[in-house]
Amino acid sequence: MAERITDEIIDYVSILAKLKLSAEDREQAKQDMESMLQYIDMLNELDTDGVEPMSHIFPLENVLREDVVENGDEREQLLKNAPSIKNGMFKVPRTVE
Amino acid sequence: MEILAYTAVELSEKIKKGEIKVRDGVDAVWDSINKREKDLHCYITLEKEKSYIQAEEVQQKIDKGELSGPLAGVPFAIKDNLCTEGTLTSCASGILRNFVPTYSAEAVRKLEAAGAVIIGKTNMDEFAMGSTTETSWFGVTRNPWNQEHVPGGSSGGSAAAVAAQECFAALGSDTGGSIRQPASFCGVVGMKPTYGTVSRYGLVAYASSLDQIGPLTKDVTDCAAILEAIAGFDKKDSTSALRKDTDFTAALQRGIQGLRIGIPSDYLGDGLDAEVREAVLKGAKLLEQEGALVEEFDLKLVNYGIPAYYTIAAAEASSNLERFDGVKYGYRTKEYEGLHDMYKKTRSEGFGPEVKRRIMLGSFVLSSGYYDAYYLKALKVKTLIKKAYEEAFSHYDVILGPAAPTTAPRLGESLSDPIKMYLGDIYTISANLAGLPGISIPCGTDSKGLPIGMQLIGDCYREKTLLQTAYTYEKAKGGCKVEKKSLSTIDFESAEADMRCKNDKTI
Repeated sequence: MAERITDEIIDYVSILAKLKLSAEDREQAKQDMESMLQYIDMLNELDTDGVEPMSHIFPLENVLREDVVENGDEREQLLKNAPSIKNGMFKVPRTVE
Repeated sequence: MEILAYTAVELSEKIKKGEIKVRDGVDAVWDSINKREKDLHCYITLEKEKSYIQAEEVQQKIDKGELSGPLAGVPFAIKDNLCTEGTLTSCASGILRNFVPTYSAEAVRKLEAAGAVIIGKTNMDEFAMGSTTETSWFGVTRNPWNQEHVPGGSSGGSAAAVAAQECFAALGSDTGGSIRQPASFCGVVGMKPTYGTVSRYGLVAYASSLDQIGPLTKDVTDCAAILEAIAGFDKKDSTSALRKDTDFTAALQRGIQGLRIGIPSDYLGDGLDAEVREAVLKGAKLLEQEGALVEEFDLKLVNYGIPAYYTIAAAEASSNLERFDGVKYGYRTKEYEGLHDMYKKTRSEGFGPEVKRRIMLGSFVLSSGYYDAYYLKALKVKTLIKKAYEEAFSHYDVILGPAAPTTAPRLGESLSDPIKMYLGDIYTISANLAGLPGISIPCGTDSKGLPIGMQLIGDCYREKTLLQTAYTYEKAKGGCKVEKKSLSTIDFESAEADMRCKNDKTI
């Protein structure tokens, strides 16, 4: 069977996954994904024509509530976990030039 | 009798009678931790000071009559993917190495309201992805029965802490067997309830449609009492089930006359260790002697559970773990050029190999062009698996089998071959896909002295059937007894092995 996980696919997936892979990591990832996909191919033995996909085992509906603030002001506490803050806000690298 | 030998419910009973203080139970646990933790590494974080403050508060409430439940004053361990206000919650990941939540998970909050004393946070596979507790950023946990072996995973720290008496009971989480399999490897009771039974609020998500919190305990009575304490509808979890029958301790009765038990033939086939098979079938025999009708049957699609699971779990993980980007909490890389470089470097340095593997796979199966062929296909197979169980439960009340194909593997044996490690989840995984409750109870040891677990799976919302069956088994077996021959081979103090052997003269 043809190689499924090409260099282009690994590049694309690492963009989606927001991961930076070294050359070594890339090769490992290619191998790992290829072998896992081969394993997952087993599912194709099953005829699923006309079968409804099930994302949740119970029928779920959106749970709505009134748009009222219930949690208190935890700004100070929450910011304590932030890697970088400025003027009571999260600080990130410049995103718009 | 030695305090550590009590079960959680027995300990609380002694405390409420005034025979011992909450502090005594906490002292006993810290003694045990001092002796064994450096070898076993069950915990990521220990909260000694806080535990004594909490013990004092609980004692006062008991004295005033404000706390009278079966868990009042019991020292607990909590898996490190459950948020605990003011205490590091790392998910055993480098990316959350410094994350201190501002709130506690609903299950933890409920346990504390029932009078639990929190000892610390237990080690686990990173983000609960793994079956051995070897993928933890903080290092491995060792199996208390034999330190050359893994405790199982991903709730390995919780299972090992209960087995080593470094707590009286613990909470874990189970996405594909992560409570039941380590319970099996460590010789304790572990239960995954029906999806939606315990609120997932404050549980750091791995695969949201499969994750469920549950107890790891010394016996079935403790398991029922804890599940009763933590179960219940929670509006903060939009998948929480509205159910009223959460009085699980009512099921602690011996008697299973006429109970229909089915053993899937595929659960006894290739890949199953002969000694595990023998112990589990012996367990089934005992239940038959107690009045159950036991037979083998063909549960279809058993082999398809694993590929369906890994597709779905990886997909959900890739989405859930997007949030770890080094902006609001957790680790941030030191040097970067611009926002996207910061994201990528932070995540690449913060996540371990197994987590990255699943994020990559998940991103792929969800990507445009592959979604239908992989993710949607897996969801359709999930429908078929659910139907196979529905069919099975029209004939049987309980499905019985091993919790895992082998006893605990040696450290370092599993990680080299991911697919092989995934195959170890074969008996537990489909219960998560179908949302079913499952329990693992100790049913013997192998020739190496390592524990074997028997798994019971029930239909949705049938935890009581499982608990009653497990309780009956435990009583019929004569308590949680370990065969004498194995005791001599266990490399820890006999006093600790004692815990498993007493316990018969209950109530």
